[in-house]
Amino acid sequence: MTSFNFDTPRLPAEALAERSRARDFLANELAEQRYPSHVTTWSSFDADFSRRAGAAGFIGMTWPKAYGGRELSSLTRFAVTAEMLAAGAPSFAHWIADRQSGPQILAHGSERAKREILPRICRGECYFGIGMSEPNSGSDLAAVRTKATRHNDGWRINGSKIWTSNAHHAHYLIVLARTGDAGADRHGGLTQFIADLSQPGVDIRPIYNLAGAHEFNEVFFDDFLVPEDMMVGAEGSGWDMVTRELAFERSGPDRFLSDYRLLVELIERVGNDPDARQAVEIGRLVSHLVSLLTMSLSVAELLGRGKSPNLEAALVKDVGTNFERDVPEVARRVLPVEPSVDREGDLFAQAAAQVILNAPSFTLRGGTREILRGMIARGLGLR
Amino acid sequence: MNPDTIAADDITTIVHDQADRLFRDLISPKLLALCEREPWPAEVWAAIEESGLPLALAPEARGGIGLSMAAVGGLIALAGYHTVPLPLAETILAQALWSRAAGTVPEGPAALAPANSADSVTIEPCADGYRLAGNSRSVPWGSHVTNIVVFARNEQREGFLVLVPGFMTWSTVSSNLAGEPRADVVLSGIVVPDSLVRPAPRELTHGLMPVGALVRAFQMVGAMRRVVNQAVEYAGERSQFGRPIGKFQAIQQQLAEAAGHLAASEAACARAASEVDGPDFLFFAAVAKSRAGEAAGKVAEICHQVHGAMGFTQEHTLHFATRRLWSWRDEFGGEAYWQEIVGRTACAGGGPALWPRLNAFS
Repeated sequence: MTSFNFDTPRLPAEALAERSRARDFLANELAEQRYPSHVTTWSSFDADFSRRAGAAGFIGMTWPKAYGGRELSSLTRFAVTAEMLAAGAPSFAHWIADRQSGPQILAHGSERAKREILPRICRGECYFGIGMSEPNSGSDLAAVRTKATRHNDGWRINGSKIWTSNAHHAHYLIVLARTGDAGADRHGGLTQFIADLSQPGVDIRPIYNLAGAHEFNEVFFDDFLVPEDMMVGAEGSGWDMVTRELAFERSGPDRFLSDYRLLVELIERVGNDPDARQAVEIGRLVSHLVSLLTMSLSVAELLGRGKSPNLEAALVKDVGTNFERDVPEVARRVLPVEPSVDREGDLFAQAAAQVILNAPSFTLRGGTREILRGMIARGLGLR
Repeated sequence: MNPDTIAADDITTIVHDQADRLFRDLISPKLLALCEREPWPAEVWAAIEESGLPLALAPEARGGIGLSMAAVGGLIALAGYHTVPLPLAETILAQALWSRAAGTVPEGPAALAPANSADSVTIEPCADGYRLAGNSRSVPWGSHVTNIVVFARNEQREGFLVLVPGFMTWSTVSSNLAGEPRADVVLSGIVVPDSLVRPAPRELTHGLMPVGALVRAFQMVGAMRRVVNQAVEYAGERSQFGRPIGKFQAIQQQLAEAAGHLAASEAACARAASEVDGPDFLFFAAVAKSRAGEAAGKVAEICHQVHGAMGFTQEHTLHFATRRLWSWRDEFGGEAYWQEIVGRTACAGGGPALWPRLNAFS
């Protein structure tokens, strides 16, 4: 029988307390007008914000105190993360490190990697990018061709990565590279490495997106040296680690709250007394959002208990990003708007513009809709 | 986990397993087809009553099983999965609500009224007790039950529950798309003694519609689970172009989309069940019915598409669940009705107030 592993966890007292701290922190950020919340999202880079969030203890919250963390629960992290998203906090500087790179290093990294890197992530001073996609290996991740070969001074990496968000700001990339034979299932012979981008042998070139923003990069490695103790996990264990990492990457509230601020601006513009049609349209969106919050919290709880809810994570991302794509379309139906990035004083038009220009990425980044649906189909037993 | 929780989880599992076996034994395509001509399979109801399942939500002190709303939702979803052609969900609610209000469990199958957003019933004291006014259209099973639990308001807008014996009502019967009987019940002029009238329990501030909507949402989750299973199974069996159609990405993508709708509906129902005693139950019940109702249409569409012409025949069993989905989504309020409530609530406090409401989880 098709059944999913979704539950309705309650947030423990610790999570409620931290959430309340996060709300106060963010209310202060907004009051001080530290960032333009109608157009910022988790993919807006703002190193100053990340340092303030780090100083307030909101990064690496679940990690051991010895590495700068606070040993709080994954549900507490969920609660705080959701607050950041709902407030449009410009979190991209620390987002990837906090969401997936840090947890990978904690689980599989060397002692030196943990000691040198994790405390800086927690302070909001150290940023990561994801080195998975390549020019000829996007959805087909197992086709990775970047090669790492063992030398007496460590590993030498040759090859290139693409669509690497943050690379031009990041201190490190975690690079997925081929270290051996792929094997029959094509999942063998892959290993992850922490690449210190301050070292020679790496060239980072910008790719501008259709909104005119520089988030993406192409990254070239030429005999780039990675010391032995900056390998993550055992040689050849990359595929399993990446699979688990993607469950973190896919199931979080960032997969359905990317344009939450547009919904907020829409409601502000509609006012307290919507007409029936407006109420129906907004109510439909909100009913989707409540369902997604519940699904995502449930996955966070399972991940926190060490489970691997890969099917549930794929469902959160597929349903969640479709919701994100729907928000601007509904907003346009509810209230006439001519979206504009620079119409002064018109927060709704600016928010709509920001979302529409970025929406294509929602259902591509972190695994395309088609890849996710393939995973879900596998979970249903179709493949 | 404390010992009480473990015990409660165990009891839930036992009840769910028992219900699954019972429904599997009792409900066949032949029975379902027969029920559409002759709508009350008395021996099936007798077996369900014998099992004690109608008492799932009634408090233990009143002889009930005392399950949580979430656990009862799971049971009701199973009834939806097996398309039980009887008012089990309504009776579970009626017995729980009346026993909470009056201290006794009413005998026999029961219906709930009003069951749509357009009807309301009023109540006023009279010499022999209380007199009702108003009619209630399309009451599920209203013509076949021992009692109808009616929600009525007096002139001061205070809510009451009234246990109206079925024999006192007069009704015109029609059927929903799955051939389940729906009755336009005339309540005006009915006089009931004091013993059949109770102030409505606190959780019924907004009448029976929110709880009715939530049980329909759970039923839809069960029926959606059924048709997704059927479609996955069929896609593995049916071959075209030399391979099972489930190997085609076009089919896989559609079924994955259906699974997403099902998963989101499950989550919305679970959330509403967990909020049943909270101040925002109306909002979360509205979310659940909106989400599951929207999903029901999409999931039925996809599962029919996957089944091809075979699924469109009377011979195939797919329609027992899909016709119920097409009816249940509109009973106890359709999507637009509940979405409007969600939307008005969302807008009432302005943009910044929405988030704390959605994300309470406390």
